[in-house]
Amino acid sequence: MTVNVTRRQFFKLGAAGVASSSMAMMGFAPESAEASVRQFKLTHAKETRNNCTYCSVGCGVLIYSHGDGSKNARQEVFHIEGDPDHPVSRGSLCPKGSGLLDFVRSEGRLEYPQVRAPGSSEWKRVSWDEALNKIARYIKDDRDANFVERDEKGGTVNHWTTTGFLAASGSSNEAGYITHKVVRNLGMVAFDNQARV
Amino acid sequence: MTNHWVDIRNANLILSMGGNSAEAHPVGFRWVTEAIEHNKAKLICIDPRYTRTCAVADYKAFIRTGTDITFLGGLIHYLITTDQVQHEYVLNYTDASLIVHDDYGFEDGIFTGYNPDKHTYDDKSSWMYKLGDDGFALRDESLKDPRCVYQLMREHYSRYDIDTVSSICGMPREHIEHIWAEIGKMAVPHKTMTMLYALGWTQHSIGSQIIRTAAMVQLLLGNMGMPGGGVNALRGHSNIQGLTDLGLLSQLLPGYMTLANAAEQDYPAYIKKRAKQPILEGEVSYWKNYEKFHVSLMKSWFGNAATEENNWCFDWLPKLSRPLYDVLDTFDRMYKGEINGYFCQGFNPLASFPNRQKVTEGLSKLKYLVVMDPLNTETSEFWKNYGEYNDVDSSQIQTEVIRLPTTCFAEDDGSIVNSARWLQWHWAAAPGPGEARPDTRIMGDLFIRIRELYRQEGGVFPDPILNLDWDYNIPEAPSSEELAQEYNGRALVDLTDDNGNVTRKAGELLSSFSEMTADGRTASGCWIFSGAWTQDGNQMARRDNSDPYGTGNTLGWAWAWPANRRVLYNRASADTQGRPWGKEKAFVWWSSEQGRWIGADVPDFPLTSEPSKGVSPFIMQTTGGGNFFAGQSMVDGPFPEHYEPYESPIDNNPLHPNNPLARNNPAGRIFDKDRADLGSREEFPHAATTYRLTEHFHYWTKHARLNAVVQPEQFVEISHQLAEEVGVVAGDWVKVSSNRGFIKAVAVVTKRLQPLRIGDRDVHHVGIPIHWGFTGVAKKGYLANALTPVVGDANTQTPEYKSFIVKVEKA
Repeated sequence: MTVNVTRRQFFKLGAAGVASSSMAMMGFAPESAEASVRQFKLTHAKETRNNCTYCSVGCGVLIYSHGDGSKNARQEVFHIEGDPDHPVSRGSLCPKGSGLLDFVRSEGRLEYPQVRAPGSSEWKRVSWDEALNKIARYIKDDRDANFVERDEKGGTVNHWTTTGFLAASGSSNEAGYITHKVVRNLGMVAFDNQARV
Repeated sequence: MTNHWVDIRNANLILSMGGNSAEAHPVGFRWVTEAIEHNKAKLICIDPRYTRTCAVADYKAFIRTGTDITFLGGLIHYLITTDQVQHEYVLNYTDASLIVHDDYGFEDGIFTGYNPDKHTYDDKSSWMYKLGDDGFALRDESLKDPRCVYQLMREHYSRYDIDTVSSICGMPREHIEHIWAEIGKMAVPHKTMTMLYALGWTQHSIGSQIIRTAAMVQLLLGNMGMPGGGVNALRGHSNIQGLTDLGLLSQLLPGYMTLANAAEQDYPAYIKKRAKQPILEGEVSYWKNYEKFHVSLMKSWFGNAATEENNWCFDWLPKLSRPLYDVLDTFDRMYKGEINGYFCQGFNPLASFPNRQKVTEGLSKLKYLVVMDPLNTETSEFWKNYGEYNDVDSSQIQTEVIRLPTTCFAEDDGSIVNSARWLQWHWAAAPGPGEARPDTRIMGDLFIRIRELYRQEGGVFPDPILNLDWDYNIPEAPSSEELAQEYNGRALVDLTDDNGNVTRKAGELLSSFSEMTADGRTASGCWIFSGAWTQDGNQMARRDNSDPYGTGNTLGWAWAWPANRRVLYNRASADTQGRPWGKEKAFVWWSSEQGRWIGADVPDFPLTSEPSKGVSPFIMQTTGGGNFFAGQSMVDGPFPEHYEPYESPIDNNPLHPNNPLARNNPAGRIFDKDRADLGSREEFPHAATTYRLTEHFHYWTKHARLNAVVQPEQFVEISHQLAEEVGVVAGDWVKVSSNRGFIKAVAVVTKRLQPLRIGDRDVHHVGIPIHWGFTGVAKKGYLANALTPVVGDANTQTPEYKSFIVKVEKA
């Protein structure tokens, strides 16, 4: 049987001249330390390496999220900080990057495909299938109607100029690469990204 | 950047001009302060405003917006007349000694070959070097020939004397003298200046030529290819470098290759024009390998359908019938009702493009608009009435808008390229909200649906769609790993050396673009990214931050294009004998023991080409040198010349006061409607410039609570003198108007702006931060692009957001 003492009493007793280790052997054990020393809150988080999404310094960031990766357990980002190993940023983030968490969790984030009909003042939620089928149909109809195989001089041009595309310089290389592969081979030439402005 | 962020610490002098890195790239700027504290470097800051970069600078000066070529051209004049030039470098590593074509000339602001009716130089045949009978350029190594590049450059900038510079830039003589003297000290071989710039140089009708002038200064000082040197573009978005590298621009293909124009019907001629041969004997001229990169791209896109017999599907690629289909052209056609559909993938053109009213009218004429974005952007709701901030009648707008939610950086795997050309791999930390999907999946799924429609229904020219190589594990959702390996490239059959030994097995990933062939045996979606994901795995995910030479070069961290080089042209960091220019600048040098180039970086040079062979360091150039004379590579002249912004607070170009054709860039990008929309300085007397704040990122962070809290409300900055003229005090509301629209904002009255003396009058600057709009959690505000003109740089078509004219009234 142990005698209950608080941590404060335990250290006081120790300071009174009796070696605390021998007190523990005598049955005086302190209560669990949880009440006074807070658990490191990132201990059970998943740590993910990433880079800041704003300017082109490319600061390293560590993203902390909850969720163990189980199929039906949703992960959620709850903390972002600088990566101290990164040779450029060495753990720092600027006033923009310090707000990354609020960007990820912004109330302005879009969650569902939506359509705004001609003349309407409202959005209507649609399924991904409905949205993508509608877009594929628009693309095919406009391309088939306006694709130019030969110009007035009889030269092969094989381009489609009545639909344009702006790509995102905030997206990854892999998104950029596949976007280029698809868009260019539909024959599109009115194609740019933020580098133009 | 020719160099990289950490390398800034190696500089002896830092010129910040056309940028404000302390506020726009704060963490990168720490390497500026590192150079100041530990390398005894000095910082010079030149800007129309007193910024936080200026606040820590040793020398600072105000400059009138849009006059940077004048300042830098004057600097060239000063360096040449005072002979503060790195002579061995200029003679051996540049085109200074080459003789220019007899017909080249420049008269009263106009270069030879100008067509005033078309506002273009349509005959650039004289913009080249004079070639000898052997086909190589003639040269005069004494640099005395009046037709050599050095003498033509000296003559061109002889007009840029200090009084002219002072009166055009609005900068007092003593500031100019002091700054030029400091820069002149960097002409010694073992000292370097680095130049840092951003949109403050690009967003002008003469933007590309401002940057060229900067490069010319750096060549004169021998600062290119040197640690702590270079011309360093501090780019704006996290992957704007990558999207540029991957060629997502109207006239480009991946890796800075270009689409054919309609006149280029012949495949061999198309290649020959781009596979540039050296114009000096023995030089590398690496673009001579163009066809290897092009054919490898076609094999990545079309697989077995691309064959030698069909010219590797050359005719399947779209050809350009007009010079450019850039966004200014596209929104002009949209405004005229010539565009039916438009896609905005993570792009907010209503806020980002000039003359917001014209953009709204254009979008309203579309049949369909597709927006893919993580955020609720203004563009996606351009049809919705937000009172004074977006005063539209929804019922009159017949555009169908489809909005797709995408994941953001924290929710996908992949790589992004920072300003230093580093490809850094990142991982998803969580799925996106709701039903948000990654762009890779959206584009994959959409393509499969389009292909299915063509399979079922047939349609116009379906060949490139039906034959697009699409060998992904899940066709609707190609993985980032698959796509990264595709742009890296692989061998399609066993590759062999000259003796028939297999050097790369079929199916293996390439280790470098040097393995590519022009006969269809290799595939690669972006040749400059080759080496990013090799048989040794994902090089972009490497995390060794060691710096064995103490130069700040961490070759084991991530991967940089090309070939993991961190400083471009680094052969130039050694003298003609292959020795470092100075002990503290040792970077890449020749080792006679090893018979190869060695050092802290991957040499940007043929590895075993010994110095005595005399091959020059700029291996992508046909001359092998850094070029003072741009030849035909620019559309608006081989030497940069000052022209006024299209909207200028002064009446003429002081360099050519009697030639109205030379008031503004004679080859600038402007359409008829937009020329009519320019204002007069009588009605709009003040210079205006847009800019960014350290607390915000474009139009994104007004959606993030922390950033919205620290900078919640729209404001403009004006000087005390202008405030007094207008009759407002700090905190009053003002209305700022151009000939295209207006905004209302709180006036911040500040000493950070000062009237500048231009000729015989004082010119005020109005500072306009851009970050507000009608969506987000910050206070609603006016889109600043209500004010800006639709005028583009002659070479890049980048809009002139940094220089236009406005009036200011009490609101």
